[in-house]
Amino acid sequence: MRLIAKRGALRAAAVCAALLAASAQAFAMGGKEAAPAARPAPANPRVRLATTTSTENSGLLSYLLPFFTEDTGYTVDVVAVGTGAALKLGENADADVLLVHARALEDAFMAAGHGAERRDVMYNDFIVIGPAGDPAGLEGSPDAKAAFARLAASGASFVSRGDKSGTHVKELDTWKAAGIAPSGSWYKEAGQGMEQCIIMAEGLQGYTLSDRATYVALKDKTSLAILFDGDPVLFNPYGVITVAPSKNPAINADGAKAFLDWLTSERGQGLIASFKLEGQTMFFPNYKP
Amino acid sequence: MESLLEAVSLLVGGDRETWWTIATSVRFSLWSTVFAVIPGVPLGAALFLGRFKGKRAAVALVNAVMAVPTVVVGLFVYSFISRSGPLGSLGLLYAPGGVVLGQAALAFPLVAAMSYTGLQKLDPRYGETLLTLGAGPWRRLAAIIREGRYVITQATLAAFGRVAGEVGVSMMLGGNIRWYTRTMTTTIALDASKGEFERALSLGFVLLALALLVNFLSHLAVRDGR
Repeated sequence: MRLIAKRGALRAAAVCAALLAASAQAFAMGGKEAAPAARPAPANPRVRLATTTSTENSGLLSYLLPFFTEDTGYTVDVVAVGTGAALKLGENADADVLLVHARALEDAFMAAGHGAERRDVMYNDFIVIGPAGDPAGLEGSPDAKAAFARLAASGASFVSRGDKSGTHVKELDTWKAAGIAPSGSWYKEAGQGMEQCIIMAEGLQGYTLSDRATYVALKDKTSLAILFDGDPVLFNPYGVITVAPSKNPAINADGAKAFLDWLTSERGQGLIASFKLEGQTMFFPNYKP
Repeated sequence: MESLLEAVSLLVGGDRETWWTIATSVRFSLWSTVFAVIPGVPLGAALFLGRFKGKRAAVALVNAVMAVPTVVVGLFVYSFISRSGPLGSLGLLYAPGGVVLGQAALAFPLVAAMSYTGLQKLDPRYGETLLTLGAGPWRRLAAIIREGRYVITQATLAAFGRVAGEVGVSMMLGGNIRWYTRTMTTTIALDASKGEFERALSLGFVLLALALLVNFLSHLAVRDGR
């Protein structure tokens, strides 16, 4: 009994030692990755950016941020959520800077005193995608309102983000413009990110409203086709907002300002224009000083 | 099938980000297990030894808390560690500390409940004997933890398995930040949402292997305990 107990304890000790060794190694690895800065780091080198899934998942940020880090020494922690959630994080002071796309919500955010500065950054556009056969007959619609009216009349499934994201807000605005209050079994509020919604629409052989970048990034994984685009009301402008430093002392105001300045600088704007997916420009810089 | 092959090649080929993610997950899980065990085991032992009014209610509460979904635990902890919350100045949100704290909060009731139930299998006279020998409450606590070390090992392993496999807390409190708080489970959630199943699958294999290892160790602990 004694002996067995001792062996058990030894074994437990060995396991603990092995796990701790693994942990130490993990720490070493973490350390190596965490220091990519090429110049002396600023006092508070971590900037937290709350942004939408479209900028993160399209690959735009992975493309831009290494340049930003190289130029300024700041590392950006990207928290990718919907625009509504990103603004909420700003309101709670849990982010230093925001890159979002829902102009009305952004203006409300500024009016409420949550933001210090807002600038236009770029735009991309929304597209309506659906099964290549186009059962709702969207192709050739004169404008977005008409396309949405045809959708509602056809009874084909439509997957809505349903998450207060910028895309969702745009979708609701378009329904409103078309004079339709979408409801019924054809209208499915997914409450998920853009990719999930496209994948769901694919599964349902239904339609959804997507930003072009996310759709193109997902293109080889979906059979859905672009069935309506080009109406200027579907242009999707992005704004960068620094969170008001007065909200909380922990806010990295210098880093946030550096990000806002860099993104709207000639270099930042040029890099945005040079980001391409499948040979197409995805985001068009539009900052005007 | 193709994604399966690619998943294996990511692991065998030593893809840097994949292995970094695995290491980060293990690191977070180890720390949160430690922080769950430190309060969880004494609480379980105290419930076992204690003779007080409302003990059954306390046990029921611990068991009930175990059933709270991870996102609710995440939300609750978020309200504390948000910069506008009471612990905001610690800077834990969207940082490794936040994940560890949230996961520890998640696993702590599990550790307490498992310790409590496990210790009940010990000879019931043990506690009474200690009492008649004149041991004070701290001595009794220490003695019962020593006697129940196999039970505690099991509870620890279960806690590790629980936190390594959860996604709600890691996503909500870590923010899934690349090269910082991205773990196996948040990567799986992200990749699956993007329709990129290869790496999600390869990490799934690792999680499965980890779960098997934990179960195997747990089995050893039981055998040694007999």
